[in-house]
Amino acid sequence: MFGLNTECILDLDTTRQYFTLDDYKKGTARWCPGCGDHSVLSAVQKLCREEQLPPEKTVFVSGIGCSSRFPHYMDTYGFHGLHGRAFPVACGVKFRRPDLHVFVVTGDGDCCSIGAGAWLHAIRYNMNMTVLLFDNNIYGMTKKQTSPTSRMGTISNTHPHGSVLPPVNPIQTTLGVANASFVAQTADWVRGHLYATIKAGYEHKGFSFIRILVRCTHFMNELANEMISNKEHLIMLSHEQGINPDEATLKMFARQEAHDPTDIHRARQLAESEEVHLGLFYQDKNAPKYDQYGAHNLGFGVDQRMAAINAELDRFAV
Amino acid sequence: MKNTTEQVESPVQLPNKKKTLRGHIVEIVSDSGEGAQKAGQSFGAISAKMGNGVWTVEIIPADIQPPARTKESASGIRIRLGSETVTNAGDEADLVVAFNEVVPYARIEQKAYREGTLFLIESKWGEDNNKAVRSSYAEALEDFRNRGYRVYEIPMEKECLRWAPNAKKGKNMWVLGLLCNIYQRDLGLAEGQVRQTFRKKSQEVIDSNLTLLKAGYGWAEENLDFQFDIPARKAEQELVVMNGNEALSLGIVASGIEVCSMYPITPATSTTHHLAEYIEKAGGIVHQAEDEIAAIGFAIGSSYAGKTSVTVTSGPGLALKTEFIGLAVMAEVPLVIIDVQRGGPSTGLPTKVEQSDLLAVLYGQPGDTPKIVLAPSTIEECFQFVILARKIAEAFRVPVILLSDANLGTGVQPFPRPSIQPEWLAAPIDQSPWKENGKPYGWDPQTGLSRRPVPGQPGGEYTLTGLAHSEEGKVTYDPDINQRASAMRSRKLAAFGRTLKPPVVHGDEEGDLLLVGWGSTRGAIEEAVDRARELGAKVSSLHLRFLSPMEPGLKDIFRRFGKVMTVELNYSDNPNDPLITPENRRYAQLAWMLRASTLVDIDCFSNVQGQPIRPASILQMIRKELNL
Repeated sequence: MFGLNTECILDLDTTRQYFTLDDYKKGTARWCPGCGDHSVLSAVQKLCREEQLPPEKTVFVSGIGCSSRFPHYMDTYGFHGLHGRAFPVACGVKFRRPDLHVFVVTGDGDCCSIGAGAWLHAIRYNMNMTVLLFDNNIYGMTKKQTSPTSRMGTISNTHPHGSVLPPVNPIQTTLGVANASFVAQTADWVRGHLYATIKAGYEHKGFSFIRILVRCTHFMNELANEMISNKEHLIMLSHEQGINPDEATLKMFARQEAHDPTDIHRARQLAESEEVHLGLFYQDKNAPKYDQYGAHNLGFGVDQRMAAINAELDRFAV
Repeated sequence: MKNTTEQVESPVQLPNKKKTLRGHIVEIVSDSGEGAQKAGQSFGAISAKMGNGVWTVEIIPADIQPPARTKESASGIRIRLGSETVTNAGDEADLVVAFNEVVPYARIEQKAYREGTLFLIESKWGEDNNKAVRSSYAEALEDFRNRGYRVYEIPMEKECLRWAPNAKKGKNMWVLGLLCNIYQRDLGLAEGQVRQTFRKKSQEVIDSNLTLLKAGYGWAEENLDFQFDIPARKAEQELVVMNGNEALSLGIVASGIEVCSMYPITPATSTTHHLAEYIEKAGGIVHQAEDEIAAIGFAIGSSYAGKTSVTVTSGPGLALKTEFIGLAVMAEVPLVIIDVQRGGPSTGLPTKVEQSDLLAVLYGQPGDTPKIVLAPSTIEECFQFVILARKIAEAFRVPVILLSDANLGTGVQPFPRPSIQPEWLAAPIDQSPWKENGKPYGWDPQTGLSRRPVPGQPGGEYTLTGLAHSEEGKVTYDPDINQRASAMRSRKLAAFGRTLKPPVVHGDEEGDLLLVGWGSTRGAIEEAVDRARELGAKVSSLHLRFLSPMEPGLKDIFRRFGKVMTVELNYSDNPNDPLITPENRRYAQLAWMLRASTLVDIDCFSNVQGQPIRPASILQMIRKELNL
């Protein structure tokens, strides 16, 4: 709170003010009106304020695509890099600077198609970062091409007669990777749930993978309307160890189902079912974390380093 | 073979057995897995410790376990010894130790031996149970003698079996003992070297290898009729001896770099093997990424958030890193990229030397991507240039690419022990408030330089992007801003170029022919020039260490020579080949660059045979060029 970061006590600055929402806002988001990305941006800015994350200690790393413009709208540090490559960059940031709060913003094409290899390995590294997968089932920025998560039969500019393959299921995939530690799903239009999920992800000390169902009202309006109007379609996973939104949000769900997030077998069954479940599928707080592997070896003093180099040179001495 | 006339104990009392030489070239060739390289590296290290000039280079088969007794299985090492500093692998070998009669043919194909080469061959194949093996052995020996080699049959395995149950495991150390006797190496030093080589093994293994070392030494003493003395110059400075990849690894730590992010690739990986052994004691870590792209992405993320990081790769990996290199240039992220070059194109010749990545590193990315490129030309420079590269990367906020190659990477040479300076180690990350008026790219119009905010600096918040951006880091499609930003990134090269001195000509400053080289070929070129000058040729050479930007004053130097020619290990069309004309001829890579930048009609002498270039082949070319 009040901008204090206990992970970096040397930076203790009692004169610092309380951060408001405005301290995290930058520019005007250029997403289409009605795009689901706007509500995620609001939720994340609210999280930053609630957690009083110092803007200079917070980094948003993204790839390429509509959602990957996200860092430009946050008044924190940001890294808007290459298509599909947000994960390696974010891992490098977190590895070198465990004191920074790292968020990854990626889309269905960025994460599940061009960046799929890095995605699987980032799950395995399990470094402490919050991953927001904006899944709108379509390529928006390049003007409506089939995405790896597009439903079979989706009409797009690359498949004018309908896409021909079943989609990648990001939750199912993530749950299939060794060392997955936090796997959750939410949706942009259930704002209370969206916020509660991002907050739970932020609080998890590991790789928090959050798939956010996001509406693309421009290219996928029909699907967007269907997702919003069909309340029966959404099932909220409930558990005291799960995502627990406010009362008002709970009332929005016609259907709820109890699910213990330590039960990975049930989590996989849920991920594979025809219905859409929102909530925490799986959490393992004890999974090994790669950031702990390296952190203690960084920032040595000059004397210690010189001694180690000279000892090594001795081995080659004539 | 058996020396029956001389039954004296000490070689010192054998003046007719011992011959004094200025230098010698030794090769050990065996089937893959028989440890010839370990024996040769140890022999080179012992010789360096005695004060001899040494250069060693490995002969590496493409497969891990190729079928035994085939040319494909040939594995080994060349060790060149001299009284003075040795800068390259030289020409034909003077003495060969062969573990069977088939593997030497891989080297004979490379014209590695000459008439008079001493040929020490394992004799057991002549008594093999298999008739085909026996006749192969007999035929080969006859062939070797017809080629003029002086053949000595050595009962290596038989002798080893007297001391060790598994001769295949320890034969290499027996051979090391043999060589130590032939070249009068200090046995105490040799024993120390064996202990060092097997330091991770059990005492039992160490003892067994020490026994075999001494047995080989004793056998040669009693049974061979020749010994060589290559006088050593007692080193005035303390020396270290290592290969180029180990020098890179030490340079990484000495430069203050803490994160090395890599993906395994030959011949670069041994750099990171060595680094992984000790970097954690010095404060740092080797990250093995999931692929080449992630390796550089991780390094860039780490550099962006802190001190400069390094990634280590070779040709195919460099190709995969292309997009991220472009991002590092565009977003001005300091980064060191080490490319230990191998034969190309594509997967090419993984274990062989080539200098074919020069144009790829300079022009591999779409768009204009000015970056700094250095090429060490000695093992010592492999160490120094990493420290230099890290400094340049941070001062100029730019990726720096270091072009080493398989020849430097596996070549072992002694050099003065560097005195580690505290100022080489990077200062702690600046976390003080950012004062540059919110500009993450406050380009100085004269130099293009700007300060870089690092996450954690309050007030420095910005979003790094590969999109065209303004001084404020804002995405913009404004044509003037993109023009200006491109000019600023390019200006940094010009500014860096102003810090460079003109290169020094080796030989006279004017003459009939100037050879221009870069990277690992320096030793061979200068040796050839020296030999040609002894013959009266007016030839000199120039070696470039900075390839982007290039050192100044080149055109002035070139003007003082009748002809200028590059010597490189990459492809160029032979002007005499069918269809090749002066207009369509494709030149070697440095020649392209020098022709473009100086407008001098520069010729080139290059090949892609995967072998270190030999002084004799350069000398032959000089004689042809100058009609000597």
